[in-house]
Amino acid sequence: MRAAITVFPGTNRERDMAAALTAATGQRPRMVWHHETSLDGIDLVVLPGGFSHGDYLRCGAMAARSPIMAAIHAHAARGGLVLGVCNGFQILTEAGLLPGALLRNASLRFLSQDCHLRVERADTPFTQGYAQGAVFRAPMAHGDGNYTADPDTLDRLEGEGLVALRYCDPRGALTEAANPNGSQRHIAGILSPNRRIMGLMPHPEDLVDPLLGGTDGLPMFQGLASFMAKAGAHA
Amino acid sequence: MMEPNQALARQFGLSADEYARVLTIMGRTPSLTELGIFSVMWSEHCSYKSSRVHLRTLPTKAPWVIHGPGENAGVVAIGDNLAAIFKMESHNHPSFIEPYQGAATGVGGILRDVFTMGARPIANLNALRFGSPSDPRTKRIVDGVVRGIGGYGNCVGVPTVGGEVNFHPAYNGNPLVNAMTVGIAPADRIFLSAAAGIGNPVIYVGAKTGRDGIHGATLASAEFGADSEEKRPTVQVGDPFIEKLLIEACLELMATDAIVAIQDMGAAGLTSSSVEMAGKGGVGIRLELDAVPQREPAMTAYEMMLSESQERMLMVLRPDRMDMARAIFAKWELDFAVIGHLTDTGRIEIVHQGRTEADIPLEPLESEAPLYRRPMEDTPKLPPLGPVADPVGLRAALLTLVACPDLCSRAWVWNQYDSTIGAQTIRRPGAADAAIVRLEGHTRALALTTDCTPRYCAADPEAGAAQAVAEAWRNITATGATPLAITDNMNFGNPEKPRIMGQFAACVRGIAAACTALDFPVVSGNVSLYNETEGNGILPTPAIGGLGVIEDAAQSMGLALSPGLSLVLVGGAPSHLGQSLWLREVAGQEAGPPPPVDLAAERRHGDFVRTHILEGRIAACHDVSDGGLLVAIAEMALAGDTGATLTASPGEGGDHAFWFGEDQARYVLALPDPAPFLAAAAAANIPAQLLGTSGGDGLTLQGEPPISLAELRAAHERFFPAWMGT
Repeated sequence: MRAAITVFPGTNRERDMAAALTAATGQRPRMVWHHETSLDGIDLVVLPGGFSHGDYLRCGAMAARSPIMAAIHAHAARGGLVLGVCNGFQILTEAGLLPGALLRNASLRFLSQDCHLRVERADTPFTQGYAQGAVFRAPMAHGDGNYTADPDTLDRLEGEGLVALRYCDPRGALTEAANPNGSQRHIAGILSPNRRIMGLMPHPEDLVDPLLGGTDGLPMFQGLASFMAKAGAHA
Repeated sequence: MMEPNQALARQFGLSADEYARVLTIMGRTPSLTELGIFSVMWSEHCSYKSSRVHLRTLPTKAPWVIHGPGENAGVVAIGDNLAAIFKMESHNHPSFIEPYQGAATGVGGILRDVFTMGARPIANLNALRFGSPSDPRTKRIVDGVVRGIGGYGNCVGVPTVGGEVNFHPAYNGNPLVNAMTVGIAPADRIFLSAAAGIGNPVIYVGAKTGRDGIHGATLASAEFGADSEEKRPTVQVGDPFIEKLLIEACLELMATDAIVAIQDMGAAGLTSSSVEMAGKGGVGIRLELDAVPQREPAMTAYEMMLSESQERMLMVLRPDRMDMARAIFAKWELDFAVIGHLTDTGRIEIVHQGRTEADIPLEPLESEAPLYRRPMEDTPKLPPLGPVADPVGLRAALLTLVACPDLCSRAWVWNQYDSTIGAQTIRRPGAADAAIVRLEGHTRALALTTDCTPRYCAADPEAGAAQAVAEAWRNITATGATPLAITDNMNFGNPEKPRIMGQFAACVRGIAAACTALDFPVVSGNVSLYNETEGNGILPTPAIGGLGVIEDAAQSMGLALSPGLSLVLVGGAPSHLGQSLWLREVAGQEAGPPPPVDLAAERRHGDFVRTHILEGRIAACHDVSDGGLLVAIAEMALAGDTGATLTASPGEGGDHAFWFGEDQARYVLALPDPAPFLAAAAAANIPAQLLGTSGGDGLTLQGEPPISLAELRAAHERFFPAWMGT
C-alpha cells in the first residue's frame, strides 16, 4: 500500500499522522505539497489537521481550491481512499467531497480535550479495526468542529448509514455533555456514499502509543493497512 | 512634524542626562530617526540599564551549558548530540491594553527567539498572573489572554503543555503574561546573530512592515497612568499563520549552509535586530529602506525603524546561496528582500529615498548605553507568625482551598490550548508536576515547568526567589527527570523606587543562591520593570522556567493516585503557616514570613526521590507546595480518581499546621512497598513517614467523616466555568 499526506500552508499535524501511519503500515507515507498535481500510485490520501491558509476566510475554504485538489477529486472518483482529519475534514466539506459544514464550537471556544467516539459502522476501511458499537477515546483540538447540515442531508446520512462515528460518553451513551462541540446528532465522522471517503474532527493519530496515554486510535490505521493489503493482493 | 530636541527625547523616554550623552556621541543634534534608535536601544526593555549590574551575579555556567544569557535564548546539551533551546519572556504591558493581541504576540515573539537559533519549537508554557477575580477588568483580561495564547500557539502547531495561573489584587492594573518556548536542534547546528563578511547581503524575510507597535519597547519601559487605553496603537498585531510559514521556511534554509547570521525582529524591530547583528559581529551595516516590504504607503524611515510589526526576521546570507534561499521563501509565499549589506564602517547607516536618515557609530551606541546602580532599600523582615487557631476544621478548610482561584482546576484554561499536537506529550497539563515532552525519534524526554510564589517574594524577596527556583527543581525532580537549567522572567514595579530595586536585587540573590546549590544555572531571561499603574506596583514576581531531561520517557512519573498503595511523605513534618494559602483563604490573613528554604535539604531529598523513581519502585509522586500536604494528596486523588485513608498523626503545630503548612523540600510518594523505602530513607538520614494508604472513593482523615471525591471534585472544578460562564 502507499499512503500520502497532503501539506497545505498552515497544515500542522502532518508529522503526527505520518507517525501513526508508519506505526500501522511499517511504511513512511509520502508528503505531498499542495502545489503538486499528481497522486499516481497512491492508495490512501490523508488530509491532516492544522490551520490551512490560517483558517482565514473559512476553515478549509482556500485549501479546497489548491492545485492538489484536482488530483484528490480524481482519486476519489476512481474509488480511492481519502481520510480527512480535523482541518482535513473541513477541507473535504469545502471541496464538496463530503456534505455539511463545521461551524464554530457551540461554546465559541477552542476545545482541546479527550472525547469518546462510538463506532456506528465497522464495515468500512476506516473503522474495520473496531467492533460495531465499540467506544474509543481520542484527543480533540479544534475551534470549528460543530458538524451541521440541513435536516434532509442529515436524514440521508442516517438513512444510508453514512454516519461513521458519534460523540458519546465512555459507556457509549449520547449525552449532551459528551458532545462538547455541539455537533448535530452527535456526528463526529461521516462517510461518502461509497464509504471510501471519511472525515472526522478528533485525532486518533495522537493516541497510538501507550506512553501517550493509550492506543485507542491505532485500530483505525491498522484497519486501513489491512484493507489496503487485501486490496493490493486482489489487484 | 516631530522636532528632535530634549523635550521630544523625554517623550521618547530618554532622561536629560541620556539625551546629553546622545549629543556627545553624535556631535550634533540627532535626526528624528536617530533619536528614535537611541531611545529604543537605551530603553529599559532593550538595555537592561537598571538590572544589568545585578544580573551579572547570576550563575550561568555548567558543563552542559552551550550558550548562556546574551543570545536569543539559552542552549543546553541534553544528550544524543541534541540541544534544548529555551527562554521565557514577558508581554505584560501590551496584554493589559489589548489582552488577546498582547498575549498572542507574546507567544509569537518567544517562538521566534527560539527558532532563530535553529531549533524546531516543541513546547510552549506560560506563567500568568491576574488581578482579583472581583475586579471588573480581570474577567475580560483572563478571557483575552487565554484566547490569545491559544489562538497563536494552536495555529502555529506547537503544543502548550504547562504553566501557572495566579490571582492577586496587586495585579489588578498590571497582569503578567510570561511566555516560554522550548525548541530542539542538533547541538552542532546552533545559529547565532553575530554578522560577518563585509559586503554580505542583509535580507529581510517574513511579514510586511506596518505602523503597528511603534515605540512598543518604550511603552514597556514606563508606568501606566489613567490614559493607558490610549496606548493601544503601540500594541502589535500577530499573524500565527505567517509565523508557521516562517518557522518552516527558516528551518528549511537552516538545513543548508546559506546562513551567516540570523536574528528575529522583536522589541524595537528593525532597529534592534540590525544594531545587535552588526554590533555583535563588530561590523557596520547599511540599510536601504526603500526595499523594505511595506504594508502601508508613505511610511517614513522613523516609522520603519521603530515598527514592531510581527513575524519578521533579518539574516545575513552567503552571496552564492541567494538564489536557493530566495526559492525557499518563494515556496512558502513569504517576502524575501535584500535591504542592505554589511560594511567596514562600524556604523549603522539608514538610507531612504536617497537621503541618509541615520548614521550612528555602533560601538558607543552599545558601550555608552546607560547603566544604573539605582538606590535600594531592603524589604523589612516580617515578624514570626504567632499561633493561629483553626476556625473551620480540616474538612471545610480543604474544600475551601481546592476551590479557591489559586488552587482550583485549571482545566478551563488548558482545554483551550492544544497540548497534544506533535504526538510527543507524554504527560499533559495536570498529569505530573512537570510536563513531559518526548523528543521525536528518541526515547529521551524533557521535563518542563514554570514556577513562582509571588506572595512569598513580597514577604521576603530573597527567600521567595530561592523558593521559586527550588520549586521548579522539585517539580522536575518529581517526574524522575534531572533538572538542567532555568530561564528567569523578572517582573517588578518601578526600579526608580528604592523599595522595588531592593526587591529586585534580593530576588537576584535568592535565585543565585538556589541555582548554585542545585546546579541549575540561568541560561536565559528577561526583565520587565515598571509594572505599575497609578503608583501601585505588582508583587515581585521572578517567574522561573525550568528544564530537565529524562533518558527514558517510559520512566517518567505522574501524580495520579491508584488503589492499593502506601502514601509516604518525604521531608520534615510540616508546621509553617506563614504566607500559606490556608492562612489567606481560611484564616483571612496575609502575614508572617514565608517558609524557609533549606537548599541543602532540597538537594538531598530531591536526589533521593529521583533515584527511587528511576529504580522503578514508585507509582506516583507529587511535590508539596501551595496549600500544603492535604491539598497535595487531594490533587493526587482527583487526578487518579482514587481516594485515600490518612492515618498520620500531626506534630506539635496542630492538625491544620500539619496538613496545610507549606514547608519546603517535601514530596508525597505512592508506592506498593513502603518498608524498604522508609529504611533506605532512614539510612540516608532523609526524613520520611507513612501517611496512609490509597483506595476508596473519598479522603478519610482520622476522626473525621470522609470527604467524597465527588464533593472534592465539584469544589475543585467549580470556579472557572462558573466565573467565565462556559
